Amino acid sequence: MDNLIASPHALEDQELMPGETVVHEPHTLLPQHRHHFETEEQQREAGSFGMWLFLLTEIMFFGGMFFAYLLYRNWYYPAFAVASNQLNVPEGAINTAILITSGFCMALGVWAAEVRKKKFLVLMLVLTTVFGVAFLGVKVDEYHEKYEHHHIPGASFSIAEFVNPAAYHIDERPLSPDMAQHTQLFFFLYFAMTGMHALHMIIGIGILGWLIWRANRGEFSTGYVAPIENFGLYWHFVDIVWLFLFPLLYLINRHLAH
Amino acid sequence: MASNPHTDVHDPANITNPEHAEHHIVTPFQYGLVFLTLLVFTGITVGAAYVNLGPMNPVIALLIASFKAVVVILFFMHVRWQSRLIKMTIGAGFFTFLVLITMTLSDYISRAWGLW
Amino acid sequence: MSTAPIAISNTIVQLPDQTTATLPKRNYINAESGMLSWLLTGDHKRIAMLYLASITFFFFIGGAFAGAIRLELLTPQPDLVASDTYNKMFSMHGIIMIFLFLVPSVPATLGNFLIPIMIGAKDLAFPKINLLSWYLYMIGGTLTLAALVLGGVDTGWTFTTPLSTHYLNTHVITAASAIFVAGFASIFTGLNFIVTIHRMRAPGMTWFRMPLFVWSNYAASILMVLGTPVLAIALVLVALERTIGIGVFDPTKGGDPLLFQHLFWFYSHPAVYIMILPGMGVISEVISTFSRKRVFGYTAVAFSSVAIALFGFFVWAHHMFIMGVSNFSALVFSLLTMLVAVPSAIKIFNWAFTLQKGSITFETPMLYAFAFIGLFTIGGLTGVFLGSLGLDIHLTETYFIVAHFHYVMVGGMLMAFLAGIHFWWPKMTGRMYPESVSKLSAIISFIGFNLTFMPQFILGYLGMPRRYHAYPADFQVLNVLSTAGATVLGVGFLMPLLYLGWSLKYGAIAGNNPWQATGLEWQIQSPPLTENFLVTPIVTQEAYDYEWLEKKTKQEVTTVG
Repeated sequence: MDNLIASPHALEDQELMPGETVVHEPHTLLPQHRHHFETEEQQREAGSFGMWLFLLTEIMFFGGMFFAYLLYRNWYYPAFAVASNQLNVPEGAINTAILITSGFCMALGVWAAEVRKKKFLVLMLVLTTVFGVAFLGVKVDEYHEKYEHHHIPGASFSIAEFVNPAAYHIDERPLSPDMAQHTQLFFFLYFAMTGMHALHMIIGIGILGWLIWRANRGEFSTGYVAPIENFGLYWHFVDIVWLFLFPLLYLINRHLAH
Repeated sequence: MASNPHTDVHDPANITNPEHAEHHIVTPFQYGLVFLTLLVFTGITVGAAYVNLGPMNPVIALLIASFKAVVVILFFMHVRWQSRLIKMTIGAGFFTFLVLITMTLSDYISRAWGLW
Repeated sequence: MSTAPIAISNTIVQLPDQTTATLPKRNYINAESGMLSWLLTGDHKRIAMLYLASITFFFFIGGAFAGAIRLELLTPQPDLVASDTYNKMFSMHGIIMIFLFLVPSVPATLGNFLIPIMIGAKDLAFPKINLLSWYLYMIGGTLTLAALVLGGVDTGWTFTTPLSTHYLNTHVITAASAIFVAGFASIFTGLNFIVTIHRMRAPGMTWFRMPLFVWSNYAASILMVLGTPVLAIALVLVALERTIGIGVFDPTKGGDPLLFQHLFWFYSHPAVYIMILPGMGVISEVISTFSRKRVFGYTAVAFSSVAIALFGFFVWAHHMFIMGVSNFSALVFSLLTMLVAVPSAIKIFNWAFTLQKGSITFETPMLYAFAFIGLFTIGGLTGVFLGSLGLDIHLTETYFIVAHFHYVMVGGMLMAFLAGIHFWWPKMTGRMYPESVSKLSAIISFIGFNLTFMPQFILGYLGMPRRYHAYPADFQVLNVLSTAGATVLGVGFLMPLLYLGWSLKYGAIAGNNPWQATGLEWQIQSPPLTENFLVTPIVTQEAYDYEWLEKKTKQEVTTVG
């Protein structure tokens, strides 16, 4: 594979390097090179390592909520099963596909930056954004549906649908009022987890806008791919969170419905 | 400790950059294959959810999700071509997450022990 | 030859001739001037100084609360403050001291300043993120002060649910968001350290040539990166529970208050090691320098730091033995807790063996280091008492536990911090602190500390509960002793503030290497240049090679100023 990224300086150059004034041939320092790194490669790898460490903190951050979900699903199994089955699987599945497509565009964007195709890079970043926004749009629709059914935790939350499902044409076993109360816990975790995920997407879309602007100026088509690469890591990580949220929240209780 | 700086994954004698891996460019074709795999497995996981497999339903859903996550990590996130350091870092993250889950569960699953 | 005969001298301090010595003309302090050059700096040394000033500020606020608490406890009657005011005072004391002082103390000041220099780098990997970390810290600090000014918070620093979520009307959300933000400051510091230590080491600086200070900060950084986000999510859930009123932690709504404690202590127990590990790193450097010997069992000490970090994630439920965790779980966590004693003991024994047959001299950092070893050993061993399931039931939530963690945090960590500040003060400022008065203050702190907290072990064993502002009259004698000790301790902590401030202007010019120490940081000018090194150093020796230093000094022409 042809390596188009800046190659490391040769070892023998080291003694010649008193600070930031060094210019090497055949390769010159990129304008984005920061003085405290010896080489651009060191800078790039430090950046991606830093991003990975940040993603570790994200794993632990979401991890707390995943554990809460695991615990309460086992404690209040009937309530969680019924409540989970009220989620909209087609929309969830479409959203999964949208998000995967968005991730695919992002991956192509990284490739475009690596082979220095500016127009393709901008196109891919725009498509990544479009699919990201589409995901949020579908999510808003789902949230709205929950609002109409009084499934949003808080003062307006109603357990009516779970205590007397037949009256609402829901094909589920009725829950006792005590157990039905715990559906609220499911919906709280649903909103907390998907909301936190959506928040990450919104932040990501904001950064994408900035990256598109910079890519359009040609900043990432001269061999400087680190910001695109590192943002790609973040975006794919957000995808991965959803890849777990979707089955855990939407799917794993479907076989219990009749 | 010094050895050939071009072959060692962790090489302290590589004075510019220890723990270095060559940059690898994944082709759009490879990305396309990954994309298709992810879509197919999304379909499978939705389909499998409606088949009553009893306690195996969540297990299968989680296995498929994990498989998809691994594919994304390895290919979209380039980890397959990364240095051992990055791989270990990711491993450490998931390990700590599992510590959180298992050690906390050790409390919850044993609360009723000896009380019946 | 310029070196003094070390073996027959009772000090290793070597200062340049004061009549001719001056500070280096160009250094990181005078490289740029003006307020903005500090507030927008990317220089790790300047950020370290910003952190030093900020944590000192918060330390004295937290200390003021400690003083007020001890004053209230002078008499058995609740006569100084109302009970809820007392609750707010110990809560603020805990929050400020832990999240705004102890967690950032050594890493964000000494670590920030020294880690890049110790490994031969020009800066940390991400200077802007380093600056961001300080700003996040300041936002967290401001929010804490806001919570204080608005009327305080009385949950204790632990935010125990459902107390914090349902029964209190104080500023829990403000305080929680303060900790959330300050937590990210700590995450970014840790992340920066890990990347820097992995990626920025100078040629030849292998892992086992690094100073142990770098190793211990590395271990602490792992804990910061992996632990802090769990605290963050726990606090987010508390805030959501207070605002939306949903029962993740509320038993009346089906939640489990213990879930909060699991998440909280999953961070907050490793946080103890975030606080103590960098301090242990300081002690390794100080002990080696002032006994002129390589740290005994370098590899074991290095790995014991990593082992403490690893075990730190497996013991958290020992904070919850009496709170309703299952018997099985309590047993498991109690056994695992004993594991932590092993790497801690490895460190203590290795320091003791480093001292053996060393050419020990008693400069101030060394006095603090001796205080650390003694006090941390007491703190650690009482931790073994508390980790034992049966004994914990009697001792937990009493003053025994208060004494235990103050022995670790103040007797251990704060002494280590002061050791480090004195040790590297000449490097950071280019000037020496006054030796005799600082020795006096070290001794005053040691005496004051023991007078304050030794009686609390007895009080706790006799059954005086913590977090009450009144107590039976029987306990008064010991409480008076403790309050008297706190006064002495306060003097011991105020003195460094005064004489270190004084030394900024009037201290003797220190020269590059007043201690004749071996670390890379001592081979450059003090205060260092903005870029640290003129030429990237090529490291050929391990961190504590005193023979290498002797050879190097022999060959060097003495430079003045």
